Amino acid sequence: MNQNLRILVVEPDPERVRAIIDALKDAGWSDVKALAHMSALDRTVKEFAPDIVLIDLANPDRDTLEHISHATETSKRAVALFVDQTDDILTQAALSAGVSAYVVDGLKMDRIKSVLETAIARFKIMRQMQSELDAAKQALEDRKTIDRAKGILMRQRGLSEDDAYNLLRKTAMSQNRKVFDVAHALVTAAELLS
Amino acid sequence: MSQTVLNCGYVPLVDCAPLVIAKELGFAGEEGLALNLVRQPSWSALRDMLALGHLDAAQMLSPMPVAMSIGLGGLPARVDTLMVLSVNGTVFGVSNDVAADIGTVPFGDANALLSALSTRKGAKLRVGVPFHYSMHRLLLSYWTSTAPNLQIEEITVPPPRMADAVADGFVDAFWVGEPWGSVAVGQNVAQLMMTGKDVWQFAPEKVLAARHDWVEANGDASAQLMRAVYKASAWLDAQKNTPLAVEILARSEHLSMSPDLIDPALSGDIVTKQNTAPTPVGRFLQFHKHAATFPWRSQAAWIASQLGADVAGIEKAKACFRADLYRQNLAGIGADMPGASEKEEGALHFETAVASTRGHIILSPDAFFDGRIFDFS
Repeated sequence: MNQNLRILVVEPDPERVRAIIDALKDAGWSDVKALAHMSALDRTVKEFAPDIVLIDLANPDRDTLEHISHATETSKRAVALFVDQTDDILTQAALSAGVSAYVVDGLKMDRIKSVLETAIARFKIMRQMQSELDAAKQALEDRKTIDRAKGILMRQRGLSEDDAYNLLRKTAMSQNRKVFDVAHALVTAAELLS
Repeated sequence: MSQTVLNCGYVPLVDCAPLVIAKELGFAGEEGLALNLVRQPSWSALRDMLALGHLDAAQMLSPMPVAMSIGLGGLPARVDTLMVLSVNGTVFGVSNDVAADIGTVPFGDANALLSALSTRKGAKLRVGVPFHYSMHRLLLSYWTSTAPNLQIEEITVPPPRMADAVADGFVDAFWVGEPWGSVAVGQNVAQLMMTGKDVWQFAPEKVLAARHDWVEANGDASAQLMRAVYKASAWLDAQKNTPLAVEILARSEHLSMSPDLIDPALSGDIVTKQNTAPTPVGRFLQFHKHAATFPWRSQAAWIASQLGADVAGIEKAKACFRADLYRQNLAGIGADMPGASEKEEGALHFETAVASTRGHIILSPDAFFDGRIFDFS
């Protein structure tokens, strides 16, 4: 577990803040910042760049946090939410729906560590899934472009599919470029000429 | 008769009135519904509670179901818009400093205000909006997109904190729903410059939304809810009921606000600057007249296109505005409805009669400030 996580706690009540920070320090997390004044949320998230934000589900500033995450594309950031009631069904539903973590029993300090671990694990899985999905999408797009380029060569030069692909590959190798780049250039040129 | 219990989420703003009236005046009870109104602290909390099944239905900002349907922001869920709850009702205001900078601009002149703000020297204009997926934000970006010299920074601020955000210099301007614009004027920290209607004359503001699978599984309850809200909206729009409506809203536990704060939105008499007489704004906030509750699929398409959706996204958005259910569930109670479910958005400059199921229906002007027309058919 990475011990250098930056954690931002959004909580106006100083007593609760103190308790949370103590619990986090006991659990081995020391890079913690607490924020009480909501108008500074925007700036603080941008400057402090926390890995995790702990915020109460009932806090109206959740909308602000959501906007900041949206604007700075921080799907790389976990948001852990406190709820003030025990509700296992809600917790389960939230976890399966992708909310990083819910702290059940309100702010039960002995649970913060496990909740944070859940949040971090959850956020790592999400991030990995997202990058795998992006890679798969990109591969599919690349494939389509290469197929279109092959089609153009087959039509214009009367080549078989294999020969068309070999020509693309040979050109790419001789120019020290990727097959996709050559295919993309060909497709673009063909669009301009058509 | 046993009553169906229905949990409906809302955010305490004046335009949650149709839900409060449906409950408090017994329209919901007459339909056999025990309407349980559940206050939510933020739009994202409301959205999550609906998506996770802890609310059956909810008041939402009109772009929220569209954004959710095309997979933008937050929890993925298929959410339907059953009907529109309110049209217009938002205000744009600037801090006293900015007001002094730009000099006199007539109230409600979107073009003049835009050029005055564009020629203003200084850094970006920081504008507070309540939520990223809100009509406020879409109108702001639509309005300012034609002024390349005007640099805007959009900042999300919970509406009850908007006046403080202006006072602290955290934002220079804001676009917010009532009563929070009037509150900023009351604290003498800002001046109102125009209303949302000055950018788009007929902008769907709040909608009644529910999860798609819940609607499919609870046909009766959705119909009961829609009829109750429709009757409440008709009651609210009758001018003679306005004083009583203000009274009921102020007394209900759902809106913790004094009558003074609720009155401007419902009466349309808006104080734009401290120590001046109220300016009467026609059609400031509409609940019922001019088919206000009808979920036009073209409104969904406009929202989706402003959110940057492609053709497939626009189709998904149109499908989530359930004009079909509206027709099916409200025809029986004599609701008059337009013949088509889509229209050109922005084409109407005057009140116009169009074909309807009962002959003709008068539609409100829906022009945009720049005269553009959007045809998504």
